[in-house]
Amino acid sequence: MKGKPMDKRLTSTDIVARLRDGMTIGIGGWATRRKPMALIREILRSPLRDLTVVSYGGPDVGLLAAAGKIRKLIFGFVSLDVLPLDMHFRNARQAGAFEVMELDEGMVQLGLRAAAMRVPFLPTPVGLRTDILKRNPELQLVRSPYADAEEFVAMPALKLDAALLHVTESDARGNCVIMSPDPFFDDLMARAANEVFISCERIVATEKICSHERARYQPFERSIVTGVVESPFGAHPTAGIPGYGIDVEHLKQYNAATSPEAWAEYRRCFVDLDSHDDYIAVAGGRGKLASIPPPVY
Amino acid sequence: MNASTYSLAELCIAQCAEVWRDEGEVLATGFGVLPRLGAGLAKLTFNPDLLMTDGEAYLLSEPVALGPRAARDAAIEGWMPYSRTFDLLWGGRRHALVGPVQVDRFGQMNISLIGDYAKPKAAILGVRGLAGNSISHANSMFVPNHSPRVFVEGEVDMVCSAGYNPARWPGGRIPADLRVGRVVTDLAVLDFGGANHTPRLLSLHPGVTVDQVRAATGFPLEVGARTPETAPPTPEQLVVIRERLDPKGLRSTVFKGDPPGDRR
Repeated sequence: MKGKPMDKRLTSTDIVARLRDGMTIGIGGWATRRKPMALIREILRSPLRDLTVVSYGGPDVGLLAAAGKIRKLIFGFVSLDVLPLDMHFRNARQAGAFEVMELDEGMVQLGLRAAAMRVPFLPTPVGLRTDILKRNPELQLVRSPYADAEEFVAMPALKLDAALLHVTESDARGNCVIMSPDPFFDDLMARAANEVFISCERIVATEKICSHERARYQPFERSIVTGVVESPFGAHPTAGIPGYGIDVEHLKQYNAATSPEAWAEYRRCFVDLDSHDDYIAVAGGRGKLASIPPPVY
Repeated sequence: MNASTYSLAELCIAQCAEVWRDEGEVLATGFGVLPRLGAGLAKLTFNPDLLMTDGEAYLLSEPVALGPRAARDAAIEGWMPYSRTFDLLWGGRRHALVGPVQVDRFGQMNISLIGDYAKPKAAILGVRGLAGNSISHANSMFVPNHSPRVFVEGEVDMVCSAGYNPARWPGGRIPADLRVGRVVTDLAVLDFGGANHTPRLLSLHPGVTVDQVRAATGFPLEVGARTPETAPPTPEQLVVIRERLDPKGLRSTVFKGDPPGDRR
């Protein structure tokens, strides 16, 4: 008897319900690009707390910080690109609201890679001679066993309980493609994680996703994907190219909502909603979001 | 501005370009308006072999003008996603021009925070890539507000990049390939080419005095018997800046009041 292929479709509520307090969560994308924002807003609506967050940070970190969801942040930066500083991250960091492990961006990559390779650390000269070591006393050095006998940072594996990623398209089994210009380090996040949850612009049939031309846009194979949710404009207000650019006007509004009253108002308008469709509507509607041009630097 | 006068921004762009003059086929990364214009100017005038990205994920065949344009109307010569950028930079074939918030006499930079790590007075960006960049390839700086708040007396609050502090190197031995390049500011051009890598005054922008620079720098500077005046942009460079790289004039917004390059 022929078995039935797995169907990994979930709702965003299902996905967040599978996360636990205290988990280490990796968030894909980079600053203001392809962040799984619909899933982040779902976390804000949930009772989930005490998260350790690993991110090339943008408004994903800012929202989680503003909502008090972060126990520890492992990061190289948090930025809104066009608006260099995320005020929610900034205020929380300055208040000492969470523990930090501040690293070079490349060290974050190596930590994820080590976790993906199932090794306890990877050696790197990155971080030597800087205050990264001094401020993170848990970082150890390792000496090369070869003739050079040089000392390196033993960048520890950044093991993730879960990775949250936003991709362009996926089928119901987790075969996905990232069609935007840069896949960033989503592949490493996925491999470093015990469970991988992806939101995507569209869930489509396998043959529509993959062709011999498109196969190279697949960041990883379906066997590491736990769950998939269709979430059109799910990266908004960050960019989801092709499809929509960075919503700078929305980011300005978000970044200005720092007083308790303004934050409560932002939350009421854009977070505490019944559905992602409601979010799309209040964020401007499909037509408007689809017309946001790609970023130009 | 005509061809014989130039703005302070234009003077700084030309000086930013100079950091790439003899660098050959490296990735030129300029952070901010003037460093980016400087990289474009270098590529269009004296170093056509430079690699440059569009800030997204592609290598540009030619520098593009600053400001809004259609995303795909620039000719590209390759792909440079972040993963490849790290592969490239760890290999060393890059020269970045960055805008630190603090710099110390060892050439160590800070873009992370002001104050205490656990509870900073000001949280800025984070370490970003400065640590890896500093031990992998040359790094120059652009500082638009030359002052003791930037050029600090002691070490910077968070040492993000490796520099010439012997106390941080085993046996005090600083590797020969560590390259902290030039520092272009609104007052002068500095480098760390003095005895034992001490900071040094290379040139003064027209109308600026040695005393002015000393007063605005939190650490001692090596100063020669006669400090040359910073070379002005050539008429050819001014045409490239004004007509080709920045026709919308974004450079005029960098310094308050867009002052002239010659302040006498």
